[in-house]
Parts: sequence; C-alpha cells; structure tokens
Amino acid sequence: MSVTRPLPHDSALLHVTGAARYVDDIPTPAGTLHLAFGLSEIAHGRIADLDLSAVHNAPGVVRVMVAADLPFANDVSALAHDEPLLAIDRVHYAGQPVFLVVATSHRAARQAARRARIGYDPLPAILTLDQALAAGSRFEGGPVIWQRGDAAAAIAAAPHQVAGTFDVGGQEHFYLEGQVALALPGDDGMTVQSSTQHPTEIQHKVAEALGVPMHAVRVQTRRMGGGFGGKESQGNALAVACAVAARATGRPCKMRYDRDDDMMITGKRHDFRIDYRAGVDAEGRIMGLDFRHLVRCGWSMDLSLPVADRAMLHADNAYFIPALRIESHRLRTHTQSATAFRGFGGPQGVIGVERVLDHIAHQLGRDPVALRRANFYAAAQPSAPGTPDAIAAAPQETHYGQEVEDFILHDLLTQLEKSSQYAERKARILAWNSTNRTLKRGIALSPVKFGISFTLTHLNQAGALVHVYQDGSIALNHGGTEMGQGLHRKVCQVAAAAFGVAAERVRITATDTGKVPNTSATAASSGADLNGMAVQAACDTIRGRIAAFLAAREDCAAAEVHFADGRVFAGEAELSFEEAVAAAYLARVSLSSTGYYATPKIRWNRVAGRGRPFLYFAYGAAVSEVVIDTLTGENRILRADIIHDAGASLNPALDTGQVEGGYVQGAGWLTTEELIWDDQGRLRTHAPSTYKIPACSDRPAEFNVALWQGENREPTIYRSKAVGEPPLMLGISAWLALSAACAACGPHYPDLRAPATPEAVLAAVTRARGA
Amino acid sequence: MRVTGESPTRSVLDWLRESRAMTGTKEGCNEGDCGACTVIVTDADGSRALNACLLFLPQIHGKALRTIEGIAGPAGALHPVQQAMITHHGSQCGFCTPGIVVSMAAAHLAGRRDHDEVLAGNLCRCTGYAPIIRAAVAAETAPVPGWMRADALALAELAPEPPAEVTGVFVPENADALAAWYAAHPDATLIAGATDAGLWVTKGLRDLDNVAFLNRCKDLQVITLTAEGYRIGAGVTVAQLREAMAEPHPALAELLRRFASEQIRGAATIGGNIANGSPIGDLPPALIALDARLHLRQGAHRRSLAVADFFLDYRKQDRRPGEFVEAVTIPATAPGLACYKLSKRFDQDISAVCGCFNLTIDGSMIASARIAFGGMAGIPKRAQAVEAALIGRTFDEASLDAALPAFALDFAPMSDMRASAQYRLQAARNMALRYIRERRGETASIAECGA
Repeated sequence: MSVTRPLPHDSALLHVTGAARYVDDIPTPAGTLHLAFGLSEIAHGRIADLDLSAVHNAPGVVRVMVAADLPFANDVSALAHDEPLLAIDRVHYAGQPVFLVVATSHRAARQAARRARIGYDPLPAILTLDQALAAGSRFEGGPVIWQRGDAAAAIAAAPHQVAGTFDVGGQEHFYLEGQVALALPGDDGMTVQSSTQHPTEIQHKVAEALGVPMHAVRVQTRRMGGGFGGKESQGNALAVACAVAARATGRPCKMRYDRDDDMMITGKRHDFRIDYRAGVDAEGRIMGLDFRHLVRCGWSMDLSLPVADRAMLHADNAYFIPALRIESHRLRTHTQSATAFRGFGGPQGVIGVERVLDHIAHQLGRDPVALRRANFYAAAQPSAPGTPDAIAAAPQETHYGQEVEDFILHDLLTQLEKSSQYAERKARILAWNSTNRTLKRGIALSPVKFGISFTLTHLNQAGALVHVYQDGSIALNHGGTEMGQGLHRKVCQVAAAAFGVAAERVRITATDTGKVPNTSATAASSGADLNGMAVQAACDTIRGRIAAFLAAREDCAAAEVHFADGRVFAGEAELSFEEAVAAAYLARVSLSSTGYYATPKIRWNRVAGRGRPFLYFAYGAAVSEVVIDTLTGENRILRADIIHDAGASLNPALDTGQVEGGYVQGAGWLTTEELIWDDQGRLRTHAPSTYKIPACSDRPAEFNVALWQGENREPTIYRSKAVGEPPLMLGISAWLALSAACAACGPHYPDLRAPATPEAVLAAVTRARGA
Repeated sequence: MRVTGESPTRSVLDWLRESRAMTGTKEGCNEGDCGACTVIVTDADGSRALNACLLFLPQIHGKALRTIEGIAGPAGALHPVQQAMITHHGSQCGFCTPGIVVSMAAAHLAGRRDHDEVLAGNLCRCTGYAPIIRAAVAAETAPVPGWMRADALALAELAPEPPAEVTGVFVPENADALAAWYAAHPDATLIAGATDAGLWVTKGLRDLDNVAFLNRCKDLQVITLTAEGYRIGAGVTVAQLREAMAEPHPALAELLRRFASEQIRGAATIGGNIANGSPIGDLPPALIALDARLHLRQGAHRRSLAVADFFLDYRKQDRRPGEFVEAVTIPATAPGLACYKLSKRFDQDISAVCGCFNLTIDGSMIASARIAFGGMAGIPKRAQAVEAALIGRTFDEASLDAALPAFALDFAPMSDMRASAQYRLQAARNMALRYIRERRGETASIAECGA
C-alpha cells in the first residue's frame, strides 16, 4: 500500500463541525481561576512606584502577584535566561508583563489589571536600528561575519557595481487562536494544557518556576489554532504563570491573551535593514557581493541568534556567489522580543539577494529570469546507474561550505516558465503598460532554495511511541505538535503504511511529554521528517516482532512475511492484520515500542560559519502578476503560478495546502502587513483593525499550484521533503512583480521597500519617474 | 431566544462559550474583524451572518440563533458546505473554520455565489483561502438542507416575543417611545448595531448600563422615496442601504460593498455610522458629497441640517442631549457621484482616505462640485476650496492642476498607522485625477483587471 494519499486533515470533520477542542474549549473543573497580566506602558524605565491596591480590591480578584512573589525561577526565556515572567524593577518594552492578576473570570482579571497605578522613572529607549547601532546596543560582542573569497576585491574588479539599502518589515503571526494555557495542580505534580509548538520547553520552564524536576510536570498539546513559529517560545509566559498561580492557590488556572494583549506582549518576525554592494560581470553574473544585515531583535535574546544565522545561511538563496561576505548585527532594542516566524530568518536572507538581482536586472537592462539562471548553482548530476562519480562535475559549495548536491531549479524553472506562459505574458504586459498611463502591471519570477534541518544540531532528533492493541487498532504518539499543517495525518499514513493497513486504523492522541520525552519544537519544517522517521522506526520494530513470530510459526524467513491491504502474508499462510496481532499477543509478543531518529550527515560550526548544517534543500519557484494604481499605489495580485518541490510527497493535498497558504502569507508579509511603532516605542498596530493580514480577495484570482514530480535524494521518510516554511518565500515573487510594475512608470530604479503598502508603492512610482 | 436576567452588555459570544459551554464559536479578536465567532441570526427580515462578539444578548431576544453546532443536521448529517470543506481541504488549523462554515452556510441558504464578498470578514491565516473558495463553489448547487430553514419556519409559528426584560435596559418599540425615553434619560447610551459600542465593552472593558437597544424600532428601519429624495431611517443597516442603492446610486452601493464586512454590514446602522462622528466612517463623506440632510429628533422636537454641518470637531457633533439621529435624506439621483476608498487592504479595512466627488458638467464646464473626504481631518470634511477652484472651469486635468494648491487650504491631514499626512494629501489629489480620467472613459480601477 503506497503511503502517498491525499487524505484530509486528521481533524477535518471536527474542524467543520466546531467539535475540535482547543485549550480554551476544554471543560474546566469548578473553581478554575483566570489570569491576566498588567503591562508596562512605557518602553524603558525603572518602576518607581507600583500601586496595586485598586487591583487587589477589584471584583473577583483572588490574588495579585509581582516578581517578588515568584517562588523559584522568574524566567520564561527560550535559551538565555534573560526574560523574566514579571518585570524586576525595570521595564524593557511597552507591553512587558509587570504583574499578574488571578481572578474568578477572564473579564474580571482583565478589568482589574487596568486599575494599576504604575509610576515610572523613564530611561532613554532604543527603538530603531539606527539608535541601536549608534548606542552599540547588541547581542554578542560584535557583528557575526562569514565570508568566502574576497568580496571587496571581486566587487571592485567587476565591470559593474550595484549598491543599495533595503528595509524589510517584520510580521505578526496572527495565529487565529491566541496564546493560551491551562494548569491543573495534582498530587503527582502539575499538568499543563498549552497551545505550544514546544511542549518540552513548556515542561522545562514550568519545572524551573516550580522548583521541581521535569518529571513532576506533564504538558499536553492536542492542537493549536495556528502557530507559524509564534508558539515556539511565546507560550512559556502563560504556562508558567498558570502553573505558579495554580500552585499558589491550589486551584486550576487558565490564561489566554486577548488579541490586543497578544500582539502587544509577544514577539514577531524580525525586521531587517539590508545594505548591499555587488560586483557584476557583463553577463550579469555576480562576481562579489557584500551584505550587511541589521537585525532588530527586541529586548531579549529569545531565538534571535539562530534566526540571524539562518538569514546569513540563505543570503545566497539559489545562486552561486564566488565571493560573498555577510556581516550580521543582532541589535537590541526596547521593543517586543522578535521571535521565530515561518522561515526563521530565511525569508529575510532570501529577499536580500532577490532584491540585489532585481536591482542588477534593472541597472543592466537584462531579463530578470535569464539573470537568475545565469547565477544559479550548477544542476544536480543525475545519479544514473553505472556513472562513475568522477565523471560528474563536482557540486558547487555554498558560502558556508555545504555542497549543493540536489539542485533542481534549472529544470523546475523551465517547466514553470512554460506552464505559466511567462514569456508571452511578459510581452503582453509590456504592450499593455504602453497603452495605460494610470494602471501598470508587473510580472516576476522568484525561486527558493531552503535548507532543511535545525541549525542547532542537537535538535535534530525525535522520538515516538507506538502501541498495537490486541484488536489490531493502533495508537501512536510522537514529539511533534499539530498546528494545522497536517503532521498527525502524515505520521498516521507512515504508520499505516508500515503495517499495511488503512490510515483510519491509526489514532494519534495529544502530544504529551509523559509519553514521548525530550522533544524538539515542531519547527524548522522538520515535523514530518523527524517524527515520521521515529514513528516508522517504532512501527518497524513491532512489525519485525510480529514477522519473526509468524515466520517461526509458518516456517518461513521473517523477511518474507509481508503486510499489505490489511492482510499479513507469511509463507503459505494469509491472515487478517487483526488475526496476526491477536495471535502475536497470545504468543506473548510485545506489541508496543518506542522509536527514535537522529538526522544523519549534518555538522555545523556556528562560530566559523562552516559545515553541512542541512541534510538537504527544498526548492520551488513562483511567477506572480500584479497591477498597481499609479495614483494611489493600490495593488492586487492577479495571478500566481507555482511549482514546489515536496520530494515524493506523503500527502499531496496537505502539501499543496502548505504551498498555497505559505505563498499568501509571504505575500502578506511583503504587501499589506505593516507593523507601526510610535516614537515612544508603543506598537500602534495591535489588532486586526489596524494590522492587515490577507483577506479572502487578496489571494491571487488565478492561482495555479503544482508539486514537482521528484523525490528526495536523501533517505528521508519515503523520500519526501519538508514543506512548512519554504513556500512562504514564494511570496517574494509578488513583491518583485510590484517592483517591476513600479519600474514601468519611469526610467529610475523604484527602490520599493517592504511591505509594499499602497503608500510605499506610490513612493516607488514617484522615484521611478525621478520626480 | 428569550433573554432574561443577563447583564445588558453580555456578548452572545461570551454567553455561548461561558454559560452554555458551546465552544464551537471561537474568539479570534473580539472586535468584529476576524469572523471566528460568526453565527446566524434569523428574524422576520431573514437570516444574517453576524459576529457574536459584537452582539449583545438583548439584541437577539425574540430571534433565532444558529451556531456552528447547528450547521450539521440533527442526526449528524453534514451540511453540503461542511462536506465540501473536508473534500477540498478547506481547514488547516481549524480555528477560523467554524466561523467560515457558518458564513458559507448563511450564504448558501441565500443562494449567493459572491464568495469573496461573503468571506471578506472571515480571516484565515493557514490556507490562503484558495481551498475554501473551491469548497464554496463546489457546494453552490447542493440543495439547502431542511434544518437550515427551520429557524424561519419556527419563528413564523411563534407568537412575537414581548421585549426583553433586562435590568438597566430600555427596548423601545418605535421612534416615539425612544424619543420620549431618551429626552428623559439624556445620559443613556443608544445601541443600534453595536458594531462600535460593542468595542467599549470588549476592548474598553466597560460595563454599560442605562442603555436603550433600538433594534425593535421598525419605523426607523425604512427607506422611503419622498419629493426630496430617499429618506433613510437611522436604523437601516448598511447591508439594507447597499441593496436599496444598487440602482439609484451605484457609486454609493459600491462604496458600501467595501464597508467593513458582511457580518458588520448586517448589523451596523446608518444612524450609528453618522452619529458616532468618526473622522474615518465611510458613509459621511458620501453623504456630504450628496448634500444629504440629517434629521434629528429630541422628544417631540425635530430639526434638519446639512450632514456637513453636523460634524463640528473631532468626535464632536451638533447633537443636543437627548437628541438622536432619526433619518437622513439623499437626492434621488446623483449621476456624477464617485466614491474612492483607499486602505492598506482592499476588503474589510478602515479608510486611510475616503474621497467622494459629485460634479455636474455642463458642456465642457464644471457647473457644480461637491467634494468631501474622510481621513483628511478630524471630521468628515467638505473640500470647499477645491470645489471653488473647480467650479466654472473646464472639466479636464489642466483645471485640476490649477486647483491642486486648494487641497492644502482645505486639509492638513495627520500621520498615523494607516498613512502619512503627505501620502493622504497626495492620494486625495490623485483621487480627483482618477475622477476626471474615469469620467472621461479611461480605465483607472485595479478592481477591473484580470490576469
């Protein structure tokens, strides 16, 4: 039975009937208390006076806690122990939790929190990249610099130079389900229900806060209403607050952020300023390229270092750049602590070099697609049987020393150019633009090459627990969490394929630190790669035991026992799967096993910026067509064509969903989604009324998505490829198409910023005209 | 629904989730922007999709409420839109899905196929919407399940509910009753659609009492054609006005298409949109450009004034204590009217600038001009200097060029999270240019472009 099937999401029926339970939907025991944080109103200052008497006296308030009331660790950071749950003397951003209200209802807690009177001694706030750079406000001693070759010399020696500065904005996750946690105290310890991508980290932080070993904390996550990286570390505060309050009161405690609080408190995608200088030969090939990344990290370290690293790792995107230097400044500001967001720095790295190519194509008057092809890495050599390796050209190395062995974009682009009718449409648009003065169209193609594996090598491991019950039903747990991506369905398909049964026979229950320990975050697109392999290993163990038992009974070799279509074939015997399982049980064969997987081949020296951080690369490309209104800058995506590489897809329907959703989310990041802080460092766009994610009509009216027909060269789970993050970067084609439309308005380079709001587009139109 | 013994401003969403343990209806934003809490409310006027977060319990008294838990049949049979959402992989994380399914089911019941419009008020962060629209299209031809018609049938058979008896709440049956009560209680809060007042409760965390709910004042919910034009009752919803204006005022109807979302338009009223005095409300600039007359009432005393004169200063209107907006009258026709809404996102966004132009051209000359903008000042404001600079000139771009300096005389807009002052001014001028180009037959709307 082939593993590949376009089965619906495992909870689809529950979703459409409203029966799927999220943390806030779980029935709570009588007496459950509700929590809310009181937040800092200023970006930086000392707390001079904290008058909480009115909070204490508010209706329904049971307890009010400040930092000094916390019994053990006051820390909810991912790594650096620099993020207190409640502020200690000083506040570092507007929105930082200062105190905690425990009350009899969600509304009572929120109402009470607003009654605080906090007096501050304001301190100078560092808000912008320029301010941080000037003040030397940064994480790590100085910039991280990786280089290959002598970029400065190569740029100077090249016939053409292109230089510029490019601002790319951050992005709010806007998971539809806000952050939420529920803690239930029990005599065995604390059980926490959390909407988190990282149950083990919740367990770890709760244990530290309660001063107990990790075995005294159990974290469960059935599903999230969206994550996108925003629930990798940002759920810690709620879970820890609930656990601490539950211990203090002896009652269950629940906390969910109101949407405005969620957006004020939690981190977002890092905004970047990218300075670039490139030297280009007469054919448009980049001879040397120098990047400076200014990364606004916010007030605490969180995951900013690996995010900034990944931006550097993707500064080449799909292009071989012989001399490349990247200088990355991780700047500390008094704003929300920027965090993981789908792509994890990769999108900022990729758009940097795509911007450079956009600029080069404009300056040299070259076709943007031909220019990209000219700079591509060498094509992967087909591993034709009998071909001596020596004959194949050696793969080219990235700037960090990883050989690009699997580069498929030459062929993928050829197919996409054809299916999207790129050349014909480009010609049509040129003609259309010449007869329309008010509206202009643009079309652009952009590729993505995205490295798959956690760059922190030890995270590339996973565990699973599989039970086969005596009736032949199968239950499994693994370390991954379900946030909508369909991971549980894919993993069920893997288990079903291992036993040769229908996927419906397999049940996945909530992710549970009590069942599979020491899990990594469901992040870095790794969910199916890691957990699929771990589940397969566990299934193979059990299947091997059943096979050995049947082989002995039927007098055949264990290797000849095989499982397919709900049947088991051993020698002359044929049994139903249930019969085989029941027989094995009666013969005292263990039908439960753990499974484990650790990604092979990878090694990475972060300080030197050298090694093989990724097991493989995932690829894709998109063509977008847009139209702009040159009077107001309003714009629309008219059509998008995508071919994306999911390897040998485990589930083409779910993978297509990731591609479509990723594209729209990426296009949103670069168009309508604009985060605005005022000059006091207060976020002004903290609700959907002011922060605009794509709405229904913002998707491309014509939207053609196909999966590349191929398989992973690496032995991943059924040769599939990770698909969570890479498609987000396909949205860059929409931004490039907007740049092309602006460029159609005049002779100058439009220097379009991101996000390309109507206002930004109009400014770019004005620049293109040279006005 | 029979509402008793609840706080006057308890939202339907909180009541469902907290008191009834019906958790299929989700809270995504609690401000009417995400649609995760969409429910279907049925009354004598039909069935509407509304946001439960901005709906107070007294508003649904005497009506039928259907939540996601009631979209599948009593025996668990799936509604066609539910089955299509599964078949077409329309859910990923599933959190927005109940609201989306309810919106789709309401549209399916009404036989609608304008899916982008139906779903403009339902945000999804996972799917990119494509599979949701595929599902909506796939379900179009499926028959409406019987249970979806049960609410209207049941209501028709029941005796009308007397008004809800909720402490601190007055529910008038007509405008006379409202006028008498409000004159005696001038400090009270009037709640019509609750799409703005709801935010005082959900976001401002205020507990309102001493409120009147106007939804039972049927005499405020009518549009009549009089000698002066269309007299639009204050209780007419934006959705109703849009439908009524499709023929006589297509430009106004098109502007209203982009007014918030399906769920908000079904609740928000004309009177509320005018009376709250927002500088960025979408209706007032159009009303000013149409030279609409506003009808105010205080007890038995009535007066009328130009809408333009109602807005005095930021959030300050010419409305006396105990006086309320009873109606507004617009001309029967205005063929020269064009309305341009500019926002970061095309659908369901608040205007950065909303420009409304109403010019009459005599031969090649501009005979009259009424121009008004939202988002350009502390109030919706008429562009009198621009009008003066245009009237009597030739209707062409050269005249506009000559009139450009007048924009700065009329407006000194502010910078905020929606747009900078400079951009607002530039866009306002360019809207005038677009008006000329469009009226001269040039394509100037991106909405009309396809690939």
